[in-house]
Formats: sequence, structure tokens, C-alpha cells
Amino acid sequence: MIQDDLKDLYQEMIVDHSRHPRNCRKIEHPTCAAAGNNPLCGDQLTLYVQLEGDRIRDLSFEGKGCAISMASASMMTEYLKNRTKQEALNHFEKFHQLVTEDGSASTLSDSDLELLGKLRVFSGVSEFPSRVKCASLAWHTLVNALRGNGEIATTESGTEVVASGQGDHS
Amino acid sequence: MSIHPNIKKIRADFPILETSVRGKPLIYLDNAATTQKPRQVIERIQKYYQEENANIHRGVHYLSERATIAYENTRKKVQKFIGAESPKEIVFTRGTTEGINLVAQTFGRLRVKAGDQILISEMEHHSNIVPWQLLCEQVGATLNVIPFDFKGELMEAEFDRQIERYAENIKLIALTHVSNALGTINPVERLIQKAHAEEIPVLLDGAQAVPHLPVDVKKLDCDFYVFSAHKIYGPTGVGVLYAKKQWLEEMPPYQGGGDMISSVTFKKTTYNEVPYKFEAGTPNIEGVIALEAALDYVSSLGLEKIAAHEMALLKQLEQAVQADAKLKEFVRPVGTAKEKAAVYSFTLGDIHPHDAGTILDRMGIAVRGGHHCAQPVMDHFGIPGTLRASFAVYNTPEEVNALVTGLHQVLEVFK
Ligand SMILES: Cc1ncc(COP(=O)(O)O)c(C=O)c1O
Repeated sequence: MIQDDLKDLYQEMIVDHSRHPRNCRKIEHPTCAAAGNNPLCGDQLTLYVQLEGDRIRDLSFEGKGCAISMASASMMTEYLKNRTKQEALNHFEKFHQLVTEDGSASTLSDSDLELLGKLRVFSGVSEFPSRVKCASLAWHTLVNALRGNGEIATTESGTEVVASGQGDHS
Repeated sequence: MSIHPNIKKIRADFPILETSVRGKPLIYLDNAATTQKPRQVIERIQKYYQEENANIHRGVHYLSERATIAYENTRKKVQKFIGAESPKEIVFTRGTTEGINLVAQTFGRLRVKAGDQILISEMEHHSNIVPWQLLCEQVGATLNVIPFDFKGELMEAEFDRQIERYAENIKLIALTHVSNALGTINPVERLIQKAHAEEIPVLLDGAQAVPHLPVDVKKLDCDFYVFSAHKIYGPTGVGVLYAKKQWLEEMPPYQGGGDMISSVTFKKTTYNEVPYKFEAGTPNIEGVIALEAALDYVSSLGLEKIAAHEMALLKQLEQAVQADAKLKEFVRPVGTAKEKAAVYSFTLGDIHPHDAGTILDRMGIAVRGGHHCAQPVMDHFGIPGTLRASFAVYNTPEEVNALVTGLHQVLEVFK
């Protein structure tokens, strides 16, 4: 028997996607690609994007890491396929809010939540500040790929630095 | 090997143990990262600020004298605790890390030249790797690394070979006394003898040793010994560097400032005597003073009894895993040296240690997941990290049982 409260973060969907990641493959001639890493968990991934005009026709990743980062990458690739670049960037904002804002204080509207659909399973992450980086790694990497800066996304710099669980002491 | 007879009373000494975590009682098994503090230590800090606060070594007034006496008493206490010859051999630092950096930048800069070597091991904490890399870069020396075997034991034959082959070049050997990631207790007394036979000085990183085993620096005959107060029930921001007096006399100062000088003019400054030469500026006075309370606390419980208590819990956990078909299938201990401290480092199937750690946290259980600042150790085993339960004197057999239940929950989530 699993205790109920353990399920809100590691929901079956997250476990399933981490065990059997979707779109986990290389695209041979991607329009753009980017690599990302999260030194805290040692998560590493490479993201491949195939654009057709402004639309994401194919999206895939390769990498290794903790369940949260793998599931997030897997679900993101499913979720964003056939959306436009601009939509992807907008959804990134919403997703970021979802995983950083405490549920009760969340500023996401009902329509935002509806928009996020299945991705709402990641809302439990907000209770674990040290794991926010894991959930958002794939998204940061995608943004880097789309913005065309070939730099490696790292959750250790830029906007993603959260207040706790940074270093790896002792 | 037995549970400390006063365990109930001991637990009552640690106010934080009453914390609840997400509605569950705290089970704190991350003691190798830092230990919790007993009331005696917390109250000592408060007493200092309420009754003794003043700068030390400077005022001729009442409070300053009291603070100075308390500060210097800790130095004497530390000296006795680790068996140093003189309190002059005890330098207060910010922690193990600063102690190692101090030695690298003083002793190292003085004695290590281009073409020389520093010998360390593959099981070092990053704080006993990076300061030496910095030094090597500065002077053009190289870092020579002794590997460990599949059990996590240092390959002593390789150690012997290196010190024989490079006796002329190796200017210092820096080794961990007890590994934080593997729990291995290194045969340091023997290694030091061998090093000294080649006239090579030895620094020991005692961060994980001092809280768990009696340490006698004179008997060990080490040249340098460093540890942190916060891992032995004391405050953060305080550490100890023991160094043989001859080295301290020879070493140039680390930082310049107040307290470390005997006279300053713009033409020439002369330095204070040891150990003050290495203690520039106003130190963490309340922290140092509270370290005395921590050491008194440990002595009152008996270090040997503490060690026996922790080993009893380790054995209980090891046996529980062995006796449990499911855990036995998934749990792989990392570090199975014959001589081991009460650290249980392991992997759980292919479950990432941070995922397991987060699930255990949900149950109020604090363990460490990750590379434990010893990435080379993880690379050795080809894993991103381990889970680590590390015990202290206030842990109980019930908490070990709770961890076992917790591990089942983790496996259940990822089944
Ligand atoms: C073996 C070892 N060496 C060095 C350190 C560094 O200690 P500190 O961070 O207190 O300087 C630690 C713990 O963090 C350790 O376990």
C-alpha cells in the first residue's frame, strides 16, 4: 500500500513516463537542438526540434536523470508537438508558474490550468523547491533551442535559481 | 555494539527532534552532512551573547577577558580531545574546508614546486581535492590519486608503489580518515608510518572521523589534522586545524589582518606567534566557545559508547536488508570495507537517489541522496549518486525500522 500523500508528486503518470519516456530518440537533421544539465541530480539531456515554418512538427530528447526530469521531458515533447513556437514559449511560462507557485497561492487561472492539461501532474513539485530544477530542465533547454542560442541550458544559472536546495554539501 | 543506555535522555537533549515534517515526526539520518545540536550547545551560544559578548584578545575590560578565557579554554579542550601536544598547535578555522585550503596555501605555497606532487586518494571529499588542484595549478605541480577497490578500500599496494617511486616529488599526502561517501575507515596510522619513512608529511581529513572514533593525533603522528565542529554536535562556521608546531612555525600566514600581527608599520609587519598568526580578524567567537560545550557533551556520553550505538544501528539496518527478500533484491550497498563507520550508502535498483530521497522526505525521513561531494567515488561505480543513511547518537532502532518501511514505499511507487 502506498501512502496517499506520496502519490501527489510521484503520480503514476510521472512514474510511467520516467520508466518509458516518449519521444526519446534523436532527430537526425533537427532545425534546432540544445543540451541542458542539472548539476544537482546529474540530469543531462539533449533536445531536438523539427520546425515547419513556425510549427513544431517533431520534438524529441535523449538523456538520463531523475524520474522528474525524464518524465517532464517526455511529457513536454508529447504536449508541444504540433504547437507553434510562440505557444511553446507561452506554455513554458505557465508550466513554470505551475511548478514554482504554491497551489493555494497560485496565480494560474482555471483556463491556464485547463490549457496545461496532463502537465498538471507536476503541480506537486512546487512543494519541493529543490526539485523544481528537475521539472523545468527540459523546458529551459527547449527555450534555448528555440531562441537559437546554442548555449547549454543549466539550471544553475539564469532565472531558475530557487531559494533552497542549491549546493550539494557534505 | 549496543544502543546507548541513556538514549531517551539523549533524545530529550535535542529540541529539534520534536519537529514534525509534513505532519510526520522527523527522522534525521543525514548526520554525516551535519549533526543536530543539543540544548547544551544552543544554550552556551545564548549565554555567550547574554553574559560574555566582547571581542577577544584585545580589550582589557571585564567582558573581553571573559570571552578570551572561554575562547582559549576551547583551544585547550580541543587539544586534549585529539591528543595534541600543545594548545598552540590548534588553529580555529571556519571548517574542514578552510583548514585544508589554509594548509594548501601556506605549507603548500612554501614547499611545493613545479614538478612536485600532492598525493590524495580517489575517495576524497571535494574539499580535499579542489584546494590541491588550485595549488597544483598555481605552482605547476601534479595531483597523484590512489584508487580504491570494489569494496571501497584504499589500494594500499598502489600507495606503497607511488610513495616509493615518487618519494622525492611527493611533498604532501592528504587523505581522508573516514570516507563520507563510503564509510571506509582508512588504515591511517600505518599509512602515516610508511609516508614518514619516506619523509613525506601527511594531512588527514578528519571531518567524518572525530565524531565517531577516538582520535589521537600524537599517536597517529599525522602532521596536519582537520575537522568541522558542526559534524560533532557543535555549531556551523567553526573548524579545527591541528598542525605540528614545527610546521606552524615554518608556514607563512594565510590571511592578513588584525590579531595575527604583533606589530604593524608601513615598512614592516611582524606576525603574532602561533597559532594566532593563522587567525586573522574577529573569529566566530560564540561558535568556538560552543564547540567546547559540544565536546563536553560528547565526552559525557562517551565517544566509545556513541560509536557502539551507531554501529548497532548500522548492523540492524544491514541485517534488516539481508532478511528482507524485496530489499535484498534492490538494495546495493556502496562501500563495504571491513573497517567502516556507521554510514550506509546504497543504490535502490535504478531509482534515482533524489527521487527516493524526496519520497522518504515525504515520510519525514531525512537521508542524503546524491554524490556527497565525492563525484569521483560515484564515477568509480558508474552511478549518479547514492542514498546515504548516517547515524548519530540520538537515532533509534525504531527509526531504522521506519527507514526500512520507507524504502518499501519507494519501491512501491516505482514498481
Ligand atoms: C570527509 C569530509 N571532508 C570534508 C568535508 C567538508 O566539511 P565542511 O563543509 O564542514 O568544511 C566533509 C563534509 O562536508 C566531509 O565529509
